[in-house]
Order: sequence, then structure tokens, then C-alpha cells
Amino acid sequence: LDYQHVQVPFEITLWIMLASLAKIGFHLYNKLPSVVPESCLLIFVGLIMGGIIYGLNDRSPPVMDSDIFFLYLLPPIVLDAGYFMPSRPFFENIGTILLYAVVGTVWNVFGIGFSLYGICQVRAFRLQDVSLLHNLLFGSLIAAVDPVAVLAVFEEIHVNEKLHILVFGESLLNDAVTVVLYKLFRSFCEMPTIKSVDVFAGVGQFFVVGLGGVLVGLSFGFTAAFTTRFTKDIRVIEPLFVFLYSYLSYLTAEMFHLSGIVAIIACAMGMKRYVEANISLKSHTTVKYFMKMWSSVSDTLIFIFLGVSTIGENHEWNWPYICFTLIFCLVWRALGVLVLTFFVNRFHVNTITSKDQFIIAYGGLRGAICFSLVFLLPDFHRKKLFIAATTVVILFTVFVQGMTIRPLVDLLAVKRKRESAPTVGEQIHIRFLDHLLAGIEDISGHWGQYYWKDKLEYFNSKYLQKILLREYDQPKSSIVLLYEKLERKHAMELAQAGQLGHGPAHPSLLNNDRTVLRDQKLEDTPNPDVLDNMQEILARNLYRIRRTGPAYSRHTLPGDCEPGEHPQELLILRH
Amino acid sequence: TSEQIEHLHRRFKQLSQDQLTIRKENFDSIPDLEFNPIRGKIVHAFFDKRNLRPESDGLADEINFEDFLTIMSYFRPIEMNMDEEQLDRFRKEKLKFLFHMYDSDHDGKITLQEYRNVVEELLSGNPHLEKESARSIADGAMMEAASICVGQMGPDQVYEGITFEDFLKMWQGIDIETKMHVRFLNVDTIAHCY
Repeated sequence: LDYQHVQVPFEITLWIMLASLAKIGFHLYNKLPSVVPESCLLIFVGLIMGGIIYGLNDRSPPVMDSDIFFLYLLPPIVLDAGYFMPSRPFFENIGTILLYAVVGTVWNVFGIGFSLYGICQVRAFRLQDVSLLHNLLFGSLIAAVDPVAVLAVFEEIHVNEKLHILVFGESLLNDAVTVVLYKLFRSFCEMPTIKSVDVFAGVGQFFVVGLGGVLVGLSFGFTAAFTTRFTKDIRVIEPLFVFLYSYLSYLTAEMFHLSGIVAIIACAMGMKRYVEANISLKSHTTVKYFMKMWSSVSDTLIFIFLGVSTIGENHEWNWPYICFTLIFCLVWRALGVLVLTFFVNRFHVNTITSKDQFIIAYGGLRGAICFSLVFLLPDFHRKKLFIAATTVVILFTVFVQGMTIRPLVDLLAVKRKRESAPTVGEQIHIRFLDHLLAGIEDISGHWGQYYWKDKLEYFNSKYLQKILLREYDQPKSSIVLLYEKLERKHAMELAQAGQLGHGPAHPSLLNNDRTVLRDQKLEDTPNPDVLDNMQEILARNLYRIRRTGPAYSRHTLPGDCEPGEHPQELLILRH
Repeated sequence: TSEQIEHLHRRFKQLSQDQLTIRKENFDSIPDLEFNPIRGKIVHAFFDKRNLRPESDGLADEINFEDFLTIMSYFRPIEMNMDEEQLDRFRKEKLKFLFHMYDSDHDGKITLQEYRNVVEELLSGNPHLEKESARSIADGAMMEAASICVGQMGPDQVYEGITFEDFLKMWQGIDIETKMHVRFLNVDTIAHCY
């Protein structure tokens, strides 16, 4: 038995297998995922596993290594989030998101840190040795909202787009702030004295970290787009470039102590538009599915490890500290959201209602990032207390808040996501409105949101597209892309419903009378390549077919496509 | 507010080169407008009498400052203390403005040809798109509009054109009140003494 030889890969594969089997298990029980979010169930499984290992080995189970988490498990999830981020709502709300992410996180950190320090002063709790700096350090790692947890929970409750993007965008972007503050306080802990110039250096460092991350990400993103320009003859490795460049951007940013998460998001958003125009349809599908698969595996593993790591002797219980940590986290977040929203609503017409505010405050879930950061703390005698407090907060937020958020959303009747299929008409109107508003802004001499957007578009079409797109003479507008996508989908539905004769040798069939078409027998599901070839013909003729046969409409055809898939596909191609 | 009016007045003077009225040619002097694919329609909208005074029709040759302001006021953002009815009226006004931009022959309906025209203009920024594609896109969108507004049609029915009521239905999903406004008209909400 040569176990030593294969031990490491074997164990890794076993863990991943366990995670996937657990996932299958949940979905077999139809009722369960609607009551308990998946993340809770996974942590639960992790707890059981940890308990088993503890019982068997009689020592603490392997704690999740922070390196593994930050280098291997986190990037796929963030990449997935960044790549499929609907850029339109993101940029429309970017001001609010940044405000929440930056100012909100700083507010939370200092609020929690100082109030915990206040608690430590109380003699009865025996906590005097926890200094202010330690408390601030703890505050910095516990205040950050975690994108993994937020994604896991919010994906199952379909709130309206704006709310989703606010919470989600905030959780992604606050990484920059968290990184800076954490490192800052940690270096302060090791320095004998702190001068005010150090504090200013810290503030400056924040800008460097954030903007540096964006720059690194964008440069890798554009390089990726440029590379894909030349991959016409080697289609097979196209998806690889997407992943390689994104991962490189993350690692490079981490190497320079910049924010890796911001870098990978900037990379994904920057390269998406050009890469999608350059790579083939099959590569595109591959990228999509691999990304989803990896992020799903990572996600599951993170939660299971979280569960496993909580069992063990890593904890020091101090009831007051832990309880107050929890209370302060909730209180300060609520206050922060209230105050910031007050400011936001004065500047914006699109107000954030109090229901939305509640969900934003309540959706401030902490997750694995806090957990890893707390393990990275230098060893000082109170470290175990912090570990215990972090664990409690994470478990509380994921279990209690995660489970109750769905009923609360229903109870408060928060505006839900509009479940309608995107139509070409809508795209046309939105585009029209964009141009109209840009024009009005030009006329009135004001440099507003649409003006800059227009300018960016112009810069894009004149310079960027020439460099980064392969056949630059075919940059397709999102209206055209959406239309083609819908046509393709429609054509496949028609073919599957057997109302369209097909076969590359008989394009003339399509020119026949529609009665002949209707009488065609059911044929096999066509090869997607065949359909691809026929797209031109279809594009020309579907118009006519639809005019003559309005009895079936796009909206009532049989052949239900998985609702999760197509709206997402369409969403990809939107602006 | 008076500050906004002053700003617009200055702009008006700039555009009209210190005369009392603006003509179509004055709009040509705005450089950024060149790149806008629907500039024709935008400029036209300024002179469209239907936007200036309700119940009138036709095209004006020149507009004075008051008319300029009237057009700009369509892009006012909504105010905090508006009630349902006011909001609804506001929304209808903005949509009517849009409708007039689509409906270039002033017959109260957006026909297939007009819609095609709009789509062609929108996509005209891309020189490599064939006219056929633009047409089929417009046709597809018209089909969608038909299915939203009229539902299932019999095989012999012909869809005439989009009337204003149908137009309203189409825009129901999109919050026009919050989208269709120019930011700077909003800057002074703080200075607003409510």
C-alpha cells in the first residue's frame, strides 16, 4: 500500500468529492435549500466532519491554511463574480458602492475597535491586557463584509438588481480597505511608537493599494484581450488564457501588497468585452462553465473547512467579549448604513428605501476572509480569544442572518428581481435614452454621467477596439449581439419543436411556404455547428416566418430551456 | 432654481451667439454632438412644436429662451415630495417627449418604417453593419412590441403602429422618472429651501 506516494492529491480529491456529494445530497431534498441556505448546510457538514476527525484522532483537526485559502480557494470565486458582473448597474451605482465600501468599512472598523476597547476597560471582564491597537486590529478584520458569504446567500433570494449590486459590489471592493487597515494595524503592533506621519502613510497606502490593484488588473486584462486577438488557429487553448491572465493579475497584485481582489475584478471586467468578441463560441461556453465549476467547488470547500476548523482547541472563551463583538458588529453596521444612505439619498434621485437599507445592513455577512485573517495574526497571548470571537460572529451571521434573510425579504416585500426575458426592444430604448441624455448634456454644456460614458465609448471604438479586437471591423453593438443570441435561441427552439426542416444541403426549404414547413416530421436535434452555419439564412428568413406565423410566439414555445442558463447567457452579452 | 436658469441662460447665449433665438444651424457648433448618432432627432426635438406647447403641431424655425427652458424642463429629476398622481403625470410627460422623438411624421403612431429609421440611426455608429441586419432587428423589436401590446394576433391581423398607450406599456419595466434626467439640474437639491 503506497499511501505516502499519493497522499496529498488523494486527500485533496477526497475533500472535493465530499463537498460535491454533500451538494448533491442537499438538492435531493427539495425543501431544504429553500429554508436553509446552502452555506449553512455546508458548514454543518464541516462541523460533523471536524467532530469525526477530532473524535478519531483526539487532536484538533487540520485548520484551514490561510495560504491555501488566499491563493487557491478565493481567486476562482472572485473571478467568477467579476466576470459575470453586470457592468451597467455596477457603474451606474459605483459612487454609492464605493462610498459604502470605503467609508462604511472604515467607520465599522473604528467603531467596533473603539467600542471593544471600551468594553475591555471594564474591570469585571478581566480583559485589560487587550490593548487599543489589538482591538483595532481585530476590528479591521471582523468589519469586512465577505463576498463569498454574500454571494452564497443573495444568489438564492432574488432581490432587485440595484440592491444586489450594492451589497455585492461593496463586499468585493472593501477588500482594498481591509487589506490596508489590517496591514497597517499589524505593523503598528510591532512598532514601538506611532507617529502621526505613519497614520498619513496609511491613508496614502490605501489609495496606492486600491488604484494599484485596478491598474494591475486592467493591464493584465488588456494583455489578455490582445493575446486572444491572435488565437484564431489554436482555439483549443483560448479559455486557458482567460484563466491564466486573471490568476496572474491576482498573484501579481498580492506580490506587491496591493489588493488582489480588486485586481482580479478589474482584469475580468476589462477583458471581458474584447475577449468575448475574439474567442469562438465554444471557447466562450468552456470559459463560462469552467469558471462556474471552479467557483462552486471553491465555495463549497471554503464552507466545509470553516466548519471543520471550528472544532478543536483553538478557542478561548470569554463571554462578554464575544457577545459584545457580535452586538457591536450588528449595531455599527446598521448605523453606518443609515448614515451613509442619508448622504447618498441627498445626492441621488434614485433613492434607497428604508427596506433596502435594512437588507443592506442585514446582509453584511462575515465569512471565510475574516477567518483566514485571524489565523494570520501574529501569535500573542490573546489570539485564541480573537479566534473564538471571529468564529462565533461568522457562524452567527451565516446561520442566523443567512437563514432569516429570505423570510424577511418576503415579509418586508422588498422589490424583487424583474423576471422577464430581455427583449431587443428594451435594449434599443435604453440605448436611445443613453444617446439622448448624452446629447442633452452636450447641449446644456454639462459634463455629466452620460457625457463621460459617451467619451469612453468613443475612446473605446477609436483606439482600444482597433488594438484589442481581432477583426476590428466587426465590433458588434450589444443590440446586435442580443438580437443574434435571441435568434439563435429561437432557431434552436424551432428546430427542437420540429417545425423547421433543416440540413445544410437544403437551405431552400426555408424559402418554402410555411405550410410545408409545418408538416416536416420531427428530426433529431441538430448539431450546433449546423445551426451556426445557418444563422445567416435564419436571420434573413426568421423575420418572414414570424410575420406569417404569429400563432406561436417566442414566449410560449415548448422546450423549456433551463431558466438559470439563458438569462445568464443573455446577461453576458449585455452592455 | 434661479442658479440653474442662469446657467442655462449663459449656455443659450453661447449657442445663439448673443442673439435672441436659436436656429437649427446653431446646434452644429457643438463639437461633441457630432459623434452622437441620433443628433438629428435630438435637434429636431428642440424645434418640435408638440414639445413646446401642448396641442400644437409642426416645426418651429427658431426658438427663444423660454422654449429652450421648456425643453430642458423635461429632464428635470423627480422631487422628493411628489405624490402618486404627480409622479404619474411627470412620467407621462417624459414618455411623451420620447414618443415624439420616435414618431417623426407626427401622426401619433410609431410605424414600422419609423422604428426602422430609429434603429438604423442608433446603429449608424458602426459602419460595418448592413442595412438588412438593422432592418431585421427593428422588425424583431416591432414584433416584440406587438406581442406586449396586443397579445396573440390572428394570422391576418396587421399591426398598425405603436400608439402612445402601447408605448407606455412598453416602458413599464423601466423607471423612466429616475433615468431620464440630467444630473446638474439636481445639484442644488441641497440648496433647495423646501
